[in-house]
Amino acid sequence: MEQIIVNGLYLGAQYALIALGLTLIFSLMNVLNFAHGQLYVIGGFVTYTVSVKLGMPYIVALISAGVSLAIIGAILEKFLFRPVIRKSVREESTMLLAAGVAFFLDALILLLFGEKQRGIPKIVNGVFNWDFRIIMPYDRILIGCLAVLFIVLFITYMQYSKTGRAMRALAQDKVAAQLMGVNVELYSMIGFALAAMLAGTVGGLLVSITGVNLGMGGPTSIKAFMMVMIGGAGVISGAIAGGFILGMLESIGLTVLSDFGDITYLVIFASLMVFLAIRPQGLMGKPWG
Amino acid sequence: MRKLTTLAGAATLAAGVAFSAMTAQAANEVLKIGFVGVTSGPAAAWGTSNVRSMQTRAEWINEMGGVKIGNTTYDVEIVTFDDQKDPKRAIAGMEKMAKEGIHYVVGPNVDDGAAAVRPVAEQNDIIYFPYAFPKELYTAPASNAVLGMIANYQSGPAIYKYLRDNKGVKKVAFVAANESDPLSQRDGGVAAAKALGLDVVSSNVTYQVDTTDFTPVLTPVLQKRPDLLVLSGVAPANAPQLIRSARELGYQGLISTETAQDATVLKEGAGDLANGFISVGGASTPEIASEKMKEFVTRYTKMFGEYNDESNTKVYALEYILETMKANPKAIDDVNEFKKTINTLSVPNIYMKGDSKLKYVGNSSFGQKRQIFVPMVVNEYRNGAFETLFIAEVD
Repeated sequence: MEQIIVNGLYLGAQYALIALGLTLIFSLMNVLNFAHGQLYVIGGFVTYTVSVKLGMPYIVALISAGVSLAIIGAILEKFLFRPVIRKSVREESTMLLAAGVAFFLDALILLLFGEKQRGIPKIVNGVFNWDFRIIMPYDRILIGCLAVLFIVLFITYMQYSKTGRAMRALAQDKVAAQLMGVNVELYSMIGFALAAMLAGTVGGLLVSITGVNLGMGGPTSIKAFMMVMIGGAGVISGAIAGGFILGMLESIGLTVLSDFGDITYLVIFASLMVFLAIRPQGLMGKPWG
Repeated sequence: MRKLTTLAGAATLAAGVAFSAMTAQAANEVLKIGFVGVTSGPAAAWGTSNVRSMQTRAEWINEMGGVKIGNTTYDVEIVTFDDQKDPKRAIAGMEKMAKEGIHYVVGPNVDDGAAAVRPVAEQNDIIYFPYAFPKELYTAPASNAVLGMIANYQSGPAIYKYLRDNKGVKKVAFVAANESDPLSQRDGGVAAAKALGLDVVSSNVTYQVDTTDFTPVLTPVLQKRPDLLVLSGVAPANAPQLIRSARELGYQGLISTETAQDATVLKEGAGDLANGFISVGGASTPEIASEKMKEFVTRYTKMFGEYNDESNTKVYALEYILETMKANPKAIDDVNEFKKTINTLSVPNIYMKGDSKLKYVGNSSFGQKRQIFVPMVVNEYRNGAFETLFIAEVD
C-alpha cells in the first residue's frame, strides 16, 4: 500500500506540472493546446542534446530546455495563435491550429533529433528501500521534489508577482483587465511562453528517468487534457488536483487491476465519463466556464 | 564578330547534344523497390533501420554502376512510406506501391500492419518482406509474404532452453505492451516456456504502449520472484525503461526479449543496469561479419551519423530481392517467377565469412520456403555493446 501511494504521488507531481501549462494557456487565451505534449518532448530532447551531446552539466541542460521552450512558446503565440485569435471568432480555428502545430512539431523533432529513444545518465545513483515496503530510486525522489518545488514557485509567481496578477486578471475577465490597463497581447505571450517553459522543464526533468522519444507527445497531451478535465478547465488548483488524482488512480489501478490485463486506463476513462456527466465543469471549475 | 559568336553557339550546341547522347547511353534504368513500415513513434527504430539499410545498400550498388539483371543494368531506387504503425496507413502505403508499379516491398514492421496489407499485396502482385510473425502470412494458401527475420516462436524456445540448461532458470514471468504484436509474442512465449517445463509465474500484466513510468507496472510482476523476466515484443524505446525499473525495484534475475534492440538506446536509457540483458541480435556478429558487412556498417554510419545494430539483420531483405531477380531475370515484373526461384536460390552470402549462402528457408515453421535465411544470433548486452551469447539456425 505504501508503495502505491508513493508511486501515485511521484506520478502526480510530474502530471500536475504538465497540466499546469496546458490550463494556463486555456485560461488566458481559451486555446486548447494540442501541441503541449510536443513541447514537453522538445524539452526532453534539448536537455538530452545539451547534456549528452554537448557534455554540459544537467542543470545547464535543464535551464536550456526551459529557456528554449519559453522562446518557442512566445514565437508560437505571437506569429500563429495571436493572428488567428484576432481574425477568427470561431474557437475551433485555434484548435485546428494547435493540432497543426502538433503535427509540424512532430515532423520537426524527427528531423532535428531523429527517431530513437534518448536518455541521459542517472543524475543520482542509488535506491531508497524501506524494508521492501517502499522502494524508490533517489533520482525519482529528487525529480518528484523538484516537480513539487516548481509547482510551488509557479503558484507563488502567479499569486504575488505583477505579471502573475496581470495574467490572473486576464484569465478572469479579459475586457475588464484591458480597461484596467493590462496589455493583453504582452501578457498572453508571456503566459504562452511560461506554459511552454513548464512543458519543456517537465520534459527536461523526466528525460533523466523515462527518456524521451518522438512518439511521446500525443499521449502526453491526452493525459494533460484528462487532468485538466478532472480538475476543471482553466483553474490552476484544479490542474494540480487533476494531476495528483490521475497519478494516484494510475498507481492504484496498475497494482490492483494487474491480474485483469491492461484495463487501468479503461477504468479511468469510464470513471471520467461518469464523473463529467455528473459534474461537467470538473472538480474546481465554475459551471459557467 | 557575329560569325564568331554563331560558331561558338554551334559548337556549344553540338557539345550539348553529344553530352546528352552520352548521358542517355550511360544512364541505367531504374528499379524501384518499396518500403512500407514504421519510421516515427516509439517503434520508429525498427522501420528506420530498415529503410536506412535499404538506402545505404542502394546507394552503394548505384555507386558501383548498378545491378545487372539479365541484360539490363539498373540503378536501385527506394520508394518509402511511413505507416506510423497504423494498419490503415500500411494499406495506403501498399496501394501507393501498387500504383507506382512496384512488385517488391520490404515491410511492414509489425503484425497487424503486415496482416492488413496481405489482400492489397496479393491483388496487385506484390511480394513483401514483413518483419512480423503471424504464421498465416507465410503458410499456404498465402504465398506473397516472406519473413525478413527470425520469428519469436523460433528464437524464444531456443533462448529459454539455453537459459534453463545454462543459467538454471525455472520460473518465468512475461510482460507485454497492450498491442497485438507484443500480446501474440507473449502468448507464443508462454506456450514455448510451458513446453520446456518452465513455471510461468506471471503472464497477465500488460502496459500501455505510451507508458513512461514502469515502476507500478512491474511491481506486481516482480513480487512473483521470477528467475527470468521476458519483455515480450518490447519496442526499443520501452526496453531501457522496463529494464531500469526492474533493476531499481531490486530484481536481480535475468531479463530477455525476442525482439532486436539498439545498444546505444540501452546504454543511454539504462546504462549499466542493462548489463546481462538478452535479446535477439542482428545476423552479423563481429565473429562472423565479412569485410562487406563492415563496409556496409561504415557506409551506413557515414550516411546517417550513427549505426543501428538492428540493421545487421535488415541489410538482407534488399539483397535477397536483388539476388532472386539476378537468378531469374523474368522475376523483375513477374512475381510467379520470383516465387519459383525462391525454392532454388542459393548464392554466396557476402555479409558473412566462410561459405554461407543466401537461401530461403521456413519449411519447418511454415511448410514452404517463405523466410530468408539469416543466422539466429542471441546477444547479451554488456557495457554499451552486444556480445554474442550463442548462434543457431532456422531451417
